Amino acid sequence: MTEQAPVLILLFPFLSAIVVALAGIRMKGLCWPLVLLSLAGSVCASLSTLGRVLDEGTIRYHLGGWAPPIGIEFRIDGLNALVAVTVSLVALITAIYSKISVEAESKDKVSQYYAIFLLLIAGLLGMVITGDAFNLYVLLEVSALTSYALIAMGSKRATLAAFKYLIMGTIGASFYLLGVGYLYIKTGSLNMFDIHEQLVLNNLEQSPTILVAFMLITVAVWIKMAFFPLHAWLPNAYAFAPTTSSSIMGPLVTKVMIYVMIRMVLTVFGPDYAFEVLNWDNIVVWLAVIAILAGSIGALAQKDLRKMLTFLIIAEVGYMVGGVWLADETGMVGSIFHIISDAFMTLCVFLFAGIVFTKTGRRNITAVEGMFKKMPLTMVGFIVGAFSLIGIPPTAGFFSKWYLIQGGINSGNWEYVVALLISSLVNAVLFFRIIEIAYFGAKPADGHDDHHGEDHSKISEAPFTQLVPLLGTAALLVIIGIYNKDIVSIIQDFLLPFNLGAGS
Amino acid sequence: MEFLETISTKFNYWIYIIIMMIGLYAMISKNNLVKKLIGMSIFQTAIILFYVSIGYKENATIPILYHDQVHGAQHEEAGDQNELSNAVEEAAKEIHVAADEQAEHGLEASHVDHPSSLEINPDHFANPLPHVLMLTAIVVGVATLGVGLAITQKLYGEFGSIEESEILEQIKSAK
Repeated sequence: MTEQAPVLILLFPFLSAIVVALAGIRMKGLCWPLVLLSLAGSVCASLSTLGRVLDEGTIRYHLGGWAPPIGIEFRIDGLNALVAVTVSLVALITAIYSKISVEAESKDKVSQYYAIFLLLIAGLLGMVITGDAFNLYVLLEVSALTSYALIAMGSKRATLAAFKYLIMGTIGASFYLLGVGYLYIKTGSLNMFDIHEQLVLNNLEQSPTILVAFMLITVAVWIKMAFFPLHAWLPNAYAFAPTTSSSIMGPLVTKVMIYVMIRMVLTVFGPDYAFEVLNWDNIVVWLAVIAILAGSIGALAQKDLRKMLTFLIIAEVGYMVGGVWLADETGMVGSIFHIISDAFMTLCVFLFAGIVFTKTGRRNITAVEGMFKKMPLTMVGFIVGAFSLIGIPPTAGFFSKWYLIQGGINSGNWEYVVALLISSLVNAVLFFRIIEIAYFGAKPADGHDDHHGEDHSKISEAPFTQLVPLLGTAALLVIIGIYNKDIVSIIQDFLLPFNLGAGS
Repeated sequence: MEFLETISTKFNYWIYIIIMMIGLYAMISKNNLVKKLIGMSIFQTAIILFYVSIGYKENATIPILYHDQVHGAQHEEAGDQNELSNAVEEAAKEIHVAADEQAEHGLEASHVDHPSSLEINPDHFANPLPHVLMLTAIVVGVATLGVGLAITQKLYGEFGSIEESEILEQIKSAK
């Protein structure tokens, strides 16, 4: 069983998507337990794979017994395994949360919703574990197509946002496909590791074809992860989608794309090529600085709770892109660690936003008015997530930012350090404003909308299936923070062979 | 002259880029959502053309082995496979005929004499891998177009229009 664990990570959600779609025709009640069961299986498989990677080192799983470079290979090392565990855990937590909100928001489409939901998870997990560049494209499109559908199931405005996302997403994915084509012309291979070997063997570092491939793939992943100038599709898409959709896509889609970027930089092109031959690192770090500041300023301007959080995602993407291009080992550790911690903290605040929306039916920040009294446990979960986004110890967010800042100092990129600190301050302003409103009530200046006269006294603690995932995520954030050393040592072991310089 | 040579020897890249830019232009500048989707389809097709063209080789044929190349000497022994090999032979003849026709039309067709030479030379066959990849990409493209049209239909149901500017106006006035 453990031999097949790598493929099971992917197969659980994939096959159960079909089962759920069929079961939902007759028995709608079966959908949710089936989703939970399959995602729990996926979590177990990814945990056992992580255990095996820690024991034996890199796992090479040949799909269908075909050896690479002809066959498709799943090659799982410390980075993959950690991200796969994160993705499957976030998916499971969101699935638990989804019970009430999916039934409330898409009544007659429960089974279809869950089928697409599972396909999205299958696509994301596949992107994380695959070792084949073209396979990655197919799975990228699987996850993209399902996320368009999941967004379009939301309100009126979500449909238009989904259309824009579809246009942008297709441009991104097509650029990736083109990039892979250029790599194939020069190396004759589609296996990521084989491509790298061919690049080194044939001394292709100066080839313009490889340069074009690198540019195309980089721009493609930047579009897909909403890196600042290419971010326009994200805020509306995630803010108006059904709450379950935004709590699964907000934490996962952008983070998985950052994983793909790291994989491309480290494994396919190699850090020597990306950082030394091209020597773009300073420009990209500056772009990341702009992205961080733009995301933070954008977040300050929002009155809609979920829209504010989407701008924070854009700022966080800036953190991680910058961390990678610092070309420094500590910065890279920070980036990879931030993928994990950011997935959980974004999940935490999005779950809170979802609970607020289902409870009050309002999007505005003022909806949280007086919630400390009415739903104290929910607020505890939210505060942990908010503290993590601000970067207060002992939450996970503090430690990942710590490594990122250290990386910035080591490599002498002070502008990056300053941007990180400013953005943390902005996060503090944003979240303490929410906490203040929740504790003391809104000031008139914050603008009550039309629901002002509505009686909020009926609101009580969030139901069990929504509260447990929120508190579970909050607990995980603290646990990840406390055990950060173990996770960082896994990441450092993974980075060892790449020999990243300490500063450039 | 040198510039002209780069264009003429690499014309497949120029053509795919021109087609791709037409698609990109439609995706960005058209106001009508269906026209945007048409642009997207053109964009994706350009990439398919690019892949197909990199698998092409001059004077090469489809990557199917001729009967003699597979069986060679043990031709007589394979009695039970006779039916199958007959079928293969017929297929080979058909290709032959097609090739002869091509030759008549003034196209060079050096693979006419393949069956007589038993060695298998990769230069004589087009690279099938990019073509196979494109089968997947075509499926992905069709799926994307389908989702796009479905979303357009939903937009039409909600706003009663498929012009982006009219939809945006409605959203603005609803605020």
